[in-house]
Amino acid sequence: MRGTEFLERLKERFGERITGSNLEALDPWIEVSPEGLLDVSRYLRDEPALRFSMLNCITAVDYFEPDAKKAAKVTWKPHLELVYHLWSVPHRVSLVMKVMLPRWKNDSPGELPELPSVSRLWPTADWHEREVYDLSGIRFLGHPNLRRILCPEDWVGHPLRKDYEMPLEYHGIRNR
Amino acid sequence: MSTYTDDPRIVEFDVRTDEMLVNMGPQHPSTHGVLRLVLRTDGEVVSEVTPHIGYLHRCAEKIGENLTPRQWIPYTDRMDYLAGMNMNLGWAMTVEKLLKLDLPEKAKHLRVLICELGRVASHLVGMGAYGLDLGTFSPFLYAFREREKILDLFEEVCGARLTYSYITVGGATADLPRGWLQKCETFLDQLEPIIIEYHTLLTSNAIFVRRAAGIGILSPEMAIGYGCTGPVLRGSGVDQDLRRDGEARYTEMYSGYAFEVIVEKNGHYPKDHHYPPVPASAVLGDCWHRFYVRMLEVVQSIDLVRQAIDRYSIATGSWGEPVKLTEKLPKGEAYLETEAPKGQMGFYIVSEGGSIPWRARARSSCFCNLSVTHELCRGCLIADVPAIVGSLDIVMGEIDR
Repeated sequence: MRGTEFLERLKERFGERITGSNLEALDPWIEVSPEGLLDVSRYLRDEPALRFSMLNCITAVDYFEPDAKKAAKVTWKPHLELVYHLWSVPHRVSLVMKVMLPRWKNDSPGELPELPSVSRLWPTADWHEREVYDLSGIRFLGHPNLRRILCPEDWVGHPLRKDYEMPLEYHGIRNR
Repeated sequence: MSTYTDDPRIVEFDVRTDEMLVNMGPQHPSTHGVLRLVLRTDGEVVSEVTPHIGYLHRCAEKIGENLTPRQWIPYTDRMDYLAGMNMNLGWAMTVEKLLKLDLPEKAKHLRVLICELGRVASHLVGMGAYGLDLGTFSPFLYAFREREKILDLFEEVCGARLTYSYITVGGATADLPRGWLQKCETFLDQLEPIIIEYHTLLTSNAIFVRRAAGIGILSPEMAIGYGCTGPVLRGSGVDQDLRRDGEARYTEMYSGYAFEVIVEKNGHYPKDHHYPPVPASAVLGDCWHRFYVRMLEVVQSIDLVRQAIDRYSIATGSWGEPVKLTEKLPKGEAYLETEAPKGQMGFYIVSEGGSIPWRARARSSCFCNLSVTHELCRGCLIADVPAIVGSLDIVMGEIDR
């Protein structure tokens, strides 16, 4: 299926829930709203013409305004971007699906943004979402076991956030 | 209380046992690095396995946000430290995809040559360590003896034996030294008959078959759902190899090479006529099949190295394009998966127009391969846990990054 045709079909089916796309990019991507993520994912996985049965990777990218000086150069508003790399085993094509999230829920720093979990659809998302939660700080609703996976359980903060600061001390171990 | 399994090896069916939590690792010799497995056991039967990872976490992705792509190459070495060359390739090609850089023929053949040798080295370790998991020590020594020779070849090429940083953005750091190709061919001639010896030592060995066949069965649906790749996926009978099916940028490296994807087709493997047949007790997707796929891939890689040597010696052009250490990256993002020895290794790079990427991400194959452990180990015996984990051929550096 060609890119534009595929996008038309998705838009026809999901309407408002497909919030954007870029077919000219190196890896063409579609953007899905957080509410529509589960439905679109299920459709992409189960539709016989698509069958994106493999979830390769979930990445969270933090877009954060560094400081007032650089803010003028920056084109984005602060947000988090989740990137889902899908792969169709029978058709041997890949697809990139993106979801945009606010950096903090209700704009109150410290409250993690929330997103429905796709681990029921792709079991591999279980660990990937735990990693995203651990390192980038996104809470996945409906995840069976949302705990830290790479950092220790009592680690404070989410290291892949751009405004993360290394703690000066951890359990009596000095950092610098 | 009944036992969890109908395994005839368990004699005392009526013995009432308490559930027990057993910690395996993080430094247990059979756990392939710092992996900690928490087993919930009822007597000898394992009812639940929880892998705990993160003991080797080195924040590679965070470091990638502070270094230029060429400076990050040494960090990719340390991910899969048994196949550093293939990791270098994955990251280098992702950056080249973002830069839209095309390489001359000679550089591509050089990469095929080096990476297939790396695959042989990695599979030899996987094979030897798996023998060790099942309690046989000699194949481990033999496999390391052969791997040392590959490391000697690599050392001559780039000066390092484990962390190479040889393949970089734009080709390689140096050309092959003079006389290296002959040495490599001599080595391949030595290696080929030895592989048959390994097969008699392990694949057709009665004890090995009893320990590995029919254990840890991974169905194709489960393998795809959990994102298992590489020999684990092909051991389950799914016909996928990125060297043939992957992105054009990667597959064109292998265009013109004669090779067949190692996967069972109607009870037969390609090129298996020299090697022991599939034992009757083996089920598709069990530990034995994963091991066998790995062993046949060694033979195939030897063949590919031979072809690459021929092509490299007549190819024109340079072995690399000059790329600055602080090359400015165009705005955009690129994701590329390559077929590393342990599975599909994906790298993702997001650039905002500087020379330092905004986000560098490594999607590791072992991470997904390991996440299926709790499904495979349900209802097996404690002694089968190392056999199952070993058959996934994991490297902790890649899982924790």
